[in-house]
Amino acid sequence: MRNTSLLLRATGLLAVAGLGATVWLGIWVTPPDEHMGNLVRLLYIHPPAAWVAFLAYGVAFLASLLYLWPRTRDLRLDRVAGASAEVGVVFTALTLLSGSIWGRPTWGTWWTWDPLLTTTALLFVLYLGYLALRSVPGDPVVRARRSAIGALIAFIDVPIVYFSVDWWRSLHQPPTVDLATRQMYVHGSMAWTMLLGFVAMTLLYCWLVGHRYRLATLVAIAESEGAEVALAERRAEARSDRLVGAGLGRLADVPSSPALEPAGAARAETMVETLGSEWRPEGGAGLAGSSAS
Amino acid sequence: MWRDALLVAGKDLRIELRSKVAVNQVVPFAVIVVLLFGLAIGQSVSPSGQALPGALANAGILRGAAAGLFWVAVLLSTLLAVQRSFAVESADGARDGLRLSGLDPGGIFLGKCGATMVLLVALEAVLALVAALVYDVHPAAGALLVATCILATAGLVFVGTTYGMLSSGTRVRETLLPLLFFPVGAPVLLAATKAFDAGLSGTPGAATSWIELLAVFAVAYGAVGTVAFGPLLEDG
Repeated sequence: MRNTSLLLRATGLLAVAGLGATVWLGIWVTPPDEHMGNLVRLLYIHPPAAWVAFLAYGVAFLASLLYLWPRTRDLRLDRVAGASAEVGVVFTALTLLSGSIWGRPTWGTWWTWDPLLTTTALLFVLYLGYLALRSVPGDPVVRARRSAIGALIAFIDVPIVYFSVDWWRSLHQPPTVDLATRQMYVHGSMAWTMLLGFVAMTLLYCWLVGHRYRLATLVAIAESEGAEVALAERRAEARSDRLVGAGLGRLADVPSSPALEPAGAARAETMVETLGSEWRPEGGAGLAGSSAS
Repeated sequence: MWRDALLVAGKDLRIELRSKVAVNQVVPFAVIVVLLFGLAIGQSVSPSGQALPGALANAGILRGAAAGLFWVAVLLSTLLAVQRSFAVESADGARDGLRLSGLDPGGIFLGKCGATMVLLVALEAVLALVAALVYDVHPAAGALLVATCILATAGLVFVGTTYGMLSSGTRVRETLLPLLFFPVGAPVLLAATKAFDAGLSGTPGAATSWIELLAVFAVAYGAVGTVAFGPLLEDG
């Protein structure tokens, strides 16, 4: 546990250092582009963010698939999938935002129905749905299975969306905006900065997912512990109910007769012991089931 | 599995025959959507063609967008049909009955999908008639249109029913289902619209790849749904 937190901290420091170096190189060291001028500096942010988004969905999909496979079923995988998808949605938003900011001055429009753009936008909505599905309260095991199937359905849709939008554009009309600018030459300090951007963003992803996973584990513990406490309380409640039913409640209800109380309490204890063996709290099975996981 | 599917589909269709919810509510809803599109885009256009000169351009837009508008209406109606399909199971512990019936879960899935598909294809037939009238389009390649309807509806219903099952146990199902369903259904909307465009413009050859895409979509999600339905039913 200690090693893990150290590793996580180191990843976080490296990510921050890497991002800082990317910003420094990206803004002060690298030259402006011949055609794009200073706009080219988005190159160090936008593609790495997009890469992390796709990486995150890939990881979420793999974890969900492994969760559905009976031999590797583990609630930890479910938490990895949730953590990864959540970070993925944030980075998809960043990708769309930075792409839009880039597109406005270079293509003259905030948005174009390019296959890649449209797929990314649909991906964003798809995984928002997935996160909404995850946030539905319920038994952790049920929720994990539901989410894993949801992730599977969403991921299968990605290539279908891409191909459909691609054909749509190519059959419909040639793209109004030439995306050939994507294939620009990147060399020298720019290439290195871009590479650093990729590494830094990936580290940032690992760090965020690590923390998100840690939080999810804590939440899961809190949920199961919470159920445990609730169960104990309910048991105690049901115990006093039983005493009232057995006619001993009157003794317990009248504390003003101290002479009677110890004897009454003692009788109540034996009563509980005899009852306890056969007695089960209502709804206890469900609670116990959820707390066991 | 297939026998179970037939049983479940028969049950759902019988319920529809007696309750007539799809006929009385979903079909009118789809027609209203089609008319609303007409109001939004092609103002002052009447089916008889007595349009004001200024509105002629709008009539053209409406005619050009007819296929897409039709499929958006179908997409919205699919959501209602799927919700209805699971509302039937939520009352009177019907879901527990289904779980205890010993029917094959894959069969239950295919049966529920089959019943919803039958209703939706019937709805599409009515809707196509209305849309052809009010949007003033003349279908050319009938077989292509029918094939598109069946494949696209199958794909939508498979995804919708899987997601319907996924969200049916939750308290937020009314709002969750559209959020899950519409993004996944987007490629179907696109492909079906393109195939319809080809059919309406009399160039059915352009629709081949779209029909293939619809078929791949339907098969993929049919398979996922059939496999996933069992575990989801148990969870309820």
